[in-house]
Amino acid sequence: MAEFTLPKNSQVQQGKKYPAKAGAKNIRTFRIYRWNPDNGENPRVDTYEVDLSTCGPMVLDALIKIKNEIDSTLTFRRSCREGICGSCAMNIDGTNTLACTKAIADCSPGDVKINPLPHMQVIKDLIPDLTHFYAQLASVKPWLRAETPAPPDKERLQSKADRAKLDGLYECILCACCSTSCPSYWWNSERYLGPAILLQAYRWIVDSRDEDTGARLDELEDPFKLYRCHTIMNCARTCPKGLNPTKAITEIKKLIVERAS
Amino acid sequence: MSANARPTSPHLQIYRWQIQMVASILHRATGVALAAGTILLLTALLALASGQPAYTAVHAFCASWIGTLLLLGWTWALAFHFVNGIRHLLQDLGWGLLPAQFVRSSWIVSISSLALTVLVWACVLAQRGGV
Repeated sequence: MAEFTLPKNSQVQQGKKYPAKAGAKNIRTFRIYRWNPDNGENPRVDTYEVDLSTCGPMVLDALIKIKNEIDSTLTFRRSCREGICGSCAMNIDGTNTLACTKAIADCSPGDVKINPLPHMQVIKDLIPDLTHFYAQLASVKPWLRAETPAPPDKERLQSKADRAKLDGLYECILCACCSTSCPSYWWNSERYLGPAILLQAYRWIVDSRDEDTGARLDELEDPFKLYRCHTIMNCARTCPKGLNPTKAITEIKKLIVERAS
Repeated sequence: MSANARPTSPHLQIYRWQIQMVASILHRATGVALAAGTILLLTALLALASGQPAYTAVHAFCASWIGTLLLLGWTWALAFHFVNGIRHLLQDLGWGLLPAQFVRSSWIVSISSLALTVLVWACVLAQRGGV
């Protein structure tokens, strides 16, 4: 059920302020969501002033600089720093994206606001619990399902045209930016699969080598799993890889209609 | 570990309002408003069936400033729901799903719904002979 306000334990309070060192010239202020699981307090927003003249260009550079030089308790996930691992997905400047590929200069003027991915259970600071998201991915069995045995001497082949159908789908890095941008997923994530998982499902539905299309569509034909998508399209606008989950979901809906007629 | 006490991260409170999101919630809101407006329509029809005194009362209500305001609101709700409904139909066919396209179509729907409202009310006011 949709709950538009935050529960009592989730309401965000004003936090600490960490001013820049004297003499810093090019200061940008970062307002970052913090929650510590160990002290029983509510989440808060801490304010950090960062000297950009000694900081890399990306938001992730600023986060790492804060952790190294200002406040070592700041907690976030990061790994590849080049937009391929999906670890540093978070809400920056109001929309979901990867901290490593979002330039500080591209944030709107004023303080840079950083929050964890929206409407998720927070483990600590900017780290959301993705357990349910991954369980939903597992539920669509995202692997090749085929009865026909693979050729003994080579891989399963597909034509260039069939391979091209996977473009715009295989690039998904499962960062969860799209799913957590979706109001429908906010209100119904326990039953609605959400844009990322549906895009993954479609990636196997259109794969010419997969032989379980009918069963895949059967599993998705459900008022909640698939049809909670109301084409709000926040997902397509926020995907840091430029993919289009709305389009994938629409194609699934079309396939279900086509096979019924 | 205190998994039960984990907070929910902020959502509506922090997500940047973008036009496609606004168009979506307005589609739902105008749908609800139109359902409520049906009550007035029914009242008018029942009054019409029951005779002149009842109908005159409904007519007076509609001509009052609050009635006019409600009708103006419903005109826009109908215009928006209608135009955006067409947009949704086209999108369900797979058209206009690229971000640049749906941002543009959301704006087109918003502006054209206002234009339609103005057009309808220009006709209404012309028939009434002024405000």
